[in-house]
Amino acid sequence: MKEFEFVVTDPVGIHARPAGNLVKEIKKYTDSKISLTKGEKTVDGLRLMAVMGLGVKQGETVKFTVEGGDEDAVVESLSAWLKENL
Amino acid sequence: MITIQGKGVSTGVAEGPLYFYKRAVTTLKRYTVEDTESEWNRFKDAQQKCIDQLGELAEKAREEAGDEAAMLFETHQMMAEDLDYEETIQALIMEEANNAEAAVTDTSVQFAEMFASMDDTYMQARAADVKDVSDRILNILYGVVQGGIDSDVPVILAADDLAPSETIQLDKNKILAFVTEGGSSSSHTAILARTMGIPAIVGLGDQMKPEFEGRPAMVDGSTGQVYVDPDEGTVANLRDKRRRQLEYQQMLDELKGKENVTLDGQHIRVFCNIGSPEDVHSVLLNDADGVGLFRSEFLYLNCDDYPTEDYQFEAYKKALSDMDGREVIIRTLDIGADKQIGYFELPKEENPALGNRALRICLNRPEIFHTQLRALYRASAYGHLGIMFPMVTSVWEVREAKKMCEQVKSELKAEGIPYDEHVQVGIMIETPAAAVISDRLAKEVDFFSCGTNDLTQYTLACDRQNNDLGRFFNPHHPAVLRLLKMVTDNAHKNGIWVGICGELGADLELTETFLSIGIDELSVSPRSVLPLRKKIRETDVSKVRDELMDDLLGEGKIF
Repeated sequence: MKEFEFVVTDPVGIHARPAGNLVKEIKKYTDSKISLTKGEKTVDGLRLMAVMGLGVKQGETVKFTVEGGDEDAVVESLSAWLKENL
Repeated sequence: MITIQGKGVSTGVAEGPLYFYKRAVTTLKRYTVEDTESEWNRFKDAQQKCIDQLGELAEKAREEAGDEAAMLFETHQMMAEDLDYEETIQALIMEEANNAEAAVTDTSVQFAEMFASMDDTYMQARAADVKDVSDRILNILYGVVQGGIDSDVPVILAADDLAPSETIQLDKNKILAFVTEGGSSSSHTAILARTMGIPAIVGLGDQMKPEFEGRPAMVDGSTGQVYVDPDEGTVANLRDKRRRQLEYQQMLDELKGKENVTLDGQHIRVFCNIGSPEDVHSVLLNDADGVGLFRSEFLYLNCDDYPTEDYQFEAYKKALSDMDGREVIIRTLDIGADKQIGYFELPKEENPALGNRALRICLNRPEIFHTQLRALYRASAYGHLGIMFPMVTSVWEVREAKKMCEQVKSELKAEGIPYDEHVQVGIMIETPAAAVISDRLAKEVDFFSCGTNDLTQYTLACDRQNNDLGRFFNPHHPAVLRLLKMVTDNAHKNGIWVGICGELGADLELTETFLSIGIDELSVSPRSVLPLRKKIRETDVSKVRDELMDDLLGEGKIF
């Protein structure tokens, strides 16, 4: 299991469309289970409504947890995607 | 055979089955199911259909307005197959033996409440997305058809009347003709039919019976007659009429590429009125010189929330680049009165036609106006754009709107975003006030475009949507024509051009009058371009001007 934190810089936060894009991206890592944690709440990265339900805003920190598959590679490519898109 | 008589508002003959427009069902029935497994499968089928439909909508949006517009439908798709959403529904069906409709409805409410309770207005608005997706699944479960047409083959579409938001969602390839119980020649259905070039008959009232559903029918837009179960003789006659119309059309086609010039050498520009970027196709097909009125409302009617700058930009850019350098005049948001949009949350008014509408909304809510102007100026880099403001009554309104344009231009300049410095800015003349002070307004703008539908309604104090007022609503009234003459003279004195973008522009009985007055541009529905060109090319203004102007301005003719 690997974890990393990411501060959202997108001015609208993880809203409907960005959340849709994020879930789409997470779907690509079929061998890993990826979850998001904000504060007390942890949700499955494949569940769009739950991800939207976190209500992540600009400047807030989200912890990503990656389990299974080539964890290092997933962390690397997912954080690169996040920097580019969120 | 049953023959019923209405008012033909768009000509042509059509033949096909008659179908009624299906509106979404809103009453929910709850019951306990015995076979939970098959109820679950019923939901899964509906869910899959919903996902397929959204996929098609996403593709359509991508073609019409780009990737960002498509993303909205793709997000809806992901919501429809979201695991939390699906598992909640599954539990309600499998464990509590609810019917699928009840399970979807309750789940929709539960998720919508989750969003609605979040501390952020944007996320609160996502409750509407959940509801939209759930309604789509519910409509499939109920057997209601998206787009309102329950047929695989094209149909003659019957309805009481269609709201603008409904007409925009119709699958246009499936419609041969419109027949409506209410409506008038200026109703939205009539305007849409003329843009599409198909027949329409309105004002049929209670002659339209539900038992006509699915029966063979023919309509003749020029006589206003609808024939249900037409007999052989009628079918033969109307087919013959359609053939003659096609021949006439061929004759018109030969006018393509020719100039809009009278026998004595007076030129006039013939432009088109359109309501969405896809209409550009019929503008080019009918060889118009440009677009004289692009109604931007479709962008707002198509959305559940205020359309973003990028979304609007893509749509304007598409229309401008498809028109390939020909002028496109886009009218800024014109809602209010008979065109209402839910998310604007405009309060109900006693007198909507005299209320908060069009430019008034834009000046009262500058953030909406600012977004649209930014999208317009950004798009101006991709073609020949003109911008016009609707519902002007005073000079200060125009100055305030122009100030906003200048602000947007300086923002774009500072951000290094390209735009066209020479975008023409004009106004609609559609209130008597604007016509009467057109000498002053002419000093503020680059052009006038007369909206004769509203100008007639306001000048004659006569509601154009009211069926019973037909004979009082007379756009040929000398008061209206005299105002047009006055506006034209004031425009020309100040070196600006003037056009007509109302229905009247296509009225061939008035073409000679408009040429005599000196109107510079007529903007009409695409199918009216070539008949108008024919009329212009047959006119000798020098021979008719004196008499027509005497009729209009002198004591002579009584209208």
